Amino acid sequence: MAFRALLTRRTLAAASGLGANGGVATSFRGLQTFSLPDLPYDYGALQPAISGEIMQLHHQKHHQAYVTNYNKALEQLHDAMSKGDAPAVVKLQSAIKFNGGGHVNHSIFWKNLAPIQAGGGEPPKGSLGWAIDNDFGSVDALVQKMNAEGAALQGSGWVWLGVDKELKKLVVETTSNQDPLVTKGPSLVPLIGIDVWEHAYYLQYKNVRPDYLKNIWKVINWKYASEVYEKECP
Amino acid sequence: MSANTLSFHWGKHHRAYVDNLNKQIVGTELEAKSLEDIVIQTYNDGDLLPPFNNAAQIWNHDFFWESMKPGGGGKPSGELLKLIERDFGSFEKLCEELRAAAATQFGSGWAWLAFNPRPSDGKELVVLKTPNAVNPLVLGYTALLTIDVWEHAYYLDYQNRRPDYISIFMEKLVSWDAVSAKLEVAKAQAA
Repeated sequence: MAFRALLTRRTLAAASGLGANGGVATSFRGLQTFSLPDLPYDYGALQPAISGEIMQLHHQKHHQAYVTNYNKALEQLHDAMSKGDAPAVVKLQSAIKFNGGGHVNHSIFWKNLAPIQAGGGEPPKGSLGWAIDNDFGSVDALVQKMNAEGAALQGSGWVWLGVDKELKKLVVETTSNQDPLVTKGPSLVPLIGIDVWEHAYYLQYKNVRPDYLKNIWKVINWKYASEVYEKECP
Repeated sequence: MSANTLSFHWGKHHRAYVDNLNKQIVGTELEAKSLEDIVIQTYNDGDLLPPFNNAAQIWNHDFFWESMKPGGGGKPSGELLKLIERDFGSFEKLCEELRAAAATQFGSGWAWLAFNPRPSDGKELVVLKTPNAVNPLVLGYTALLTIDVWEHAYYLDYQNRRPDYISIFMEKLVSWDAVSAKLEVAKAQAA
C-alpha cells in the first residue's frame, strides 16, 4: 500500500531537485528559482473525497502556473532592483503576492492531505488534540467552525487552522485569493489550509462547496499538523 | 458554453444569489428598493454590507446573460464602432484590452466594457476589471458588456484554461447588438 504511493506520476519538478520547501534551484545568475513539489501520493489516492482529475489539474496546471509566474515575477523584480526602478519594483508586488502566495499555500496544502491508508482523516492526538479541545471544545466543533467560515468566504480564498506562535493559541482564519496566513498576523503559523477556490472542487462538487468541505476532512493529514504544532509549541 | 455549464451557472449559482438576497432583505428597508438601489446602498462606498455580494452578483449575472447571444461574435458597427475606434484606436485594440483584463483579473471577478459619462481624458469607453461582485455601477460608470471570470463560469468546459474561454466568448458569444443598445441608453442618460 505504501509502495504504491511511491509510484506517483513524475512531475516537471523531478529533474530540478527537491528541497524541503518544495524545490529550489539556483540559476546561473545566483537567483533562486522555485519548482513544483512532488505530491507524496498518487493523484487518485484521495478518492472519493477528492477526485484524481481534480488533483492532477490542481497540481500540474494551477500550482505549476503559480510557480512559473512566481519565478517570472522574481526575475523581473531582480531586473527592476538592479536598475533602481522603484515604480517597477512596486508594481511587481501584486504579481509576487498572487503567485508566490499561490506557491506557498499549495505547497502546504499537499502536505495537509493524505490517503486514508497513510493516516488521512485520523483525528489528532497528543498536544494538538488537547489544544483543540481546550480552544474549540472538540475536533468536531473546530471542523464545524472551519466549514462555516470556508463556505461563507466570498470569491476565492482559503480557510486556515493556525497557531499564534507568540500567544501559543490556535486560531481559525480565512484569507482572500492567494494571501498566505501570515498576512492576517505576523506570528500566525499555518497548520491546516483548505483551498476554497472553485478550482479545488468544482469538477466534482460543482456549486456545493459545503459538501466538499464536509468530505475533505476524511483525507486531512492531522499528523503533519501535529508536527508543525509541536515545533511551535514544544 | 455548454448546456451543462449554463444549467449550473444560471440554475444554481445565479438562482442561489436570488434566493439568498430575498432571504436577507425580508423585513428590512431594502425589501422595497430596486436591485440597483440595493447594490449601490450595500456597496457602502467600499465598506461592503452583507447583502452586497448577493445583490451585485444578481445584477452582474443578469447583465452577463444579456451580453451574450447564440451565434454571437463578429464585429460591432455604427455608433459603437465609431466610439471604439475613437477611444481604443481600433476594434482589435479593444479586444486585446478586454481579453487582457479578463485574463489578468486575479481570483474571482469580471471584465467590463463600460461608459464613463464624465471622462477626464475625453475617452467615454473604458475597459475595467473588478474583483468578486464589484461592478461599474458602484464606480459611477454605465456597464455595456461583461464577461464572468469566476472559475464557475468556465471550469466545467475549460478547466484552468481561462484564455480559451475568453477567446470563445469573444468569437462566438458576445452580443455587440446588446452593447450598442446599452450604449444608446447610456449616451441618452448622459446628455
